[in-house]
Amino acid sequence: MSDHQPPHRELPETSSTTGNKGITRRGFLKGAGITAAGTALLDGVQSLQQEAQAATPKGVMEYGAEAFPVTLNINGKEHALHVETRTMLAEALRIGLGMTGTKISCDRGACSSCTVWLDKLPVNSCMTLAVDAIGHRVTTIEGLSTDSEVHPVQAAFVRHDAMQCGFCTPGMVMSCAALIERNPHPTERDVRVAISGNLCRCGTYPKVFAATLDAAGQHATKA
Amino acid sequence: MNSFSLADCTTVEAALSQLKNGAVVKAGGVDLLDRMKNGTDTPNRLVNIRNIRELRGIQSTPDGVTIGALTTLAEIADDPTIRAQYTILSDACGHAATPHIRNMATIGGNVLQELQCWYFRSAEFQCIRKGKEQCFAFSGLNQYHAIMDYGGCPSVAPSSSAVALLALNATIELTSAAKGKRKVAIQNFYVQPDANPHRFNVKADEELLTAIHIPKPAPGTRSAYQKYGEKESHDWAIADAGILLEMDGDICRRAVVTMGAASPVVRRSKEAEAVLTGKPITRDTARAAGKASMTGAMPLSMNGYKVQLFPIAIYRTILLAAGQMERDPSAAG
Repeated sequence: MSDHQPPHRELPETSSTTGNKGITRRGFLKGAGITAAGTALLDGVQSLQQEAQAATPKGVMEYGAEAFPVTLNINGKEHALHVETRTMLAEALRIGLGMTGTKISCDRGACSSCTVWLDKLPVNSCMTLAVDAIGHRVTTIEGLSTDSEVHPVQAAFVRHDAMQCGFCTPGMVMSCAALIERNPHPTERDVRVAISGNLCRCGTYPKVFAATLDAAGQHATKA
Repeated sequence: MNSFSLADCTTVEAALSQLKNGAVVKAGGVDLLDRMKNGTDTPNRLVNIRNIRELRGIQSTPDGVTIGALTTLAEIADDPTIRAQYTILSDACGHAATPHIRNMATIGGNVLQELQCWYFRSAEFQCIRKGKEQCFAFSGLNQYHAIMDYGGCPSVAPSSSAVALLALNATIELTSAAKGKRKVAIQNFYVQPDANPHRFNVKADEELLTAIHIPKPAPGTRSAYQKYGEKESHDWAIADAGILLEMDGDICRRAVVTMGAASPVVRRSKEAEAVLTGKPITRDTARAAGKASMTGAMPLSMNGYKVQLFPIAIYRTILLAAGQMERDPSAAG
């Protein structure tokens, strides 16, 4: 993916992206990537696309190879951003919208650290095109808790210290929370299956099982 | 990944009209995007069929079941009819990849996955499958490669669902704008490497895989599928076995034994089937069938272990299908 830089978008700095003195490495890099020339280019592409769309046959929505504007429903809010056809949902979230809670590790659907919900189903956002999220409801780790309340799975992960380095944690939590939304009384076997695609290099699986069962009001049985 | 234009289609007719000039079909995208990220596939244009509703869903018919090409592996694995009557297929779909991938991956895409070989899937290696002369696996790292029927390419068939569909005598429905629909029996769908190293299946570029039909199993049919990998979860099969037994009381009237990860095309073991046919299913007959399945095996330098693993996979899956053994906890999934 080194040759692939999805389009940049100016982001409002939020508490999660600003650190001391209001400047973060991530915020600085994003700001540096935005140019006036890029914006002008995008405007030209949009008019070209509108012309192409007019000639498109019925039942076909045409997307060109250049960046185009889309609106994605993420965590219950509509977000406008520019993507390319090759932009993965994970990249749109992280780079386009600054929602860096969703992690990219393997970038091949093999580790599930990029897990988000697409209409409540956990999927790998690194293997989902951003355009395939149009018209669907995306839920990310940022949308799992409200300002006043964390999701029961998140609270249980804290209680059980169900993380070590933490890189797999957002994906783990999304997988476990999806399980509990679907099946409020899972067995340990159900938890094992639900996270069977989530790799934790630190090996914190037993605590993930315990936390998830606890979140569902159940106690862990011996593995 | 290269940039590309994309035609997002909502009807089969619209998608067929777009299948020209090298456009490549994308459904769930799991296998295709993987290859595009690897740089082995660089299409300039994708035809997105993911949003074609008419290609989604499972329909029971008087003579069997029809599965729309876009039905996901998770939907098939969870379907009550498939679980009850086509257990081998729900087993196979329910143990492929990960739960998340099963939510994205479609049965059509699973059947059409390209070969599993790390040389083939690397842009660094130009092999016999990519129009060159050489195979890197024969003299290279071949621990996951084929042990039978490989001819000039010991890659392995990647599709778990195909192992089940072959046992179930499924038919693949292909649709094109020019010729309409045609049906191909699954045993004729895949192309052996020596017949044509550049084609993996008989689907033409202008055709869309639209549905899979499965005939209703005969009364008394029991079936199962198990996959063995190096890891307990989310791993490619190093051996997988599909078993279908038509029972007449205690006697097996007809047996089908299918194998994935043994050869470039999913295969039936007629030798194993012959051992079971007309006999009761016991540990002895199951073990003998497993042993017979390795008739003609020619392991490569690093995959001799598969010759021991397949008989065990087949033995245990026969007993699972017959209700004489629990699902193997050491099987992957």
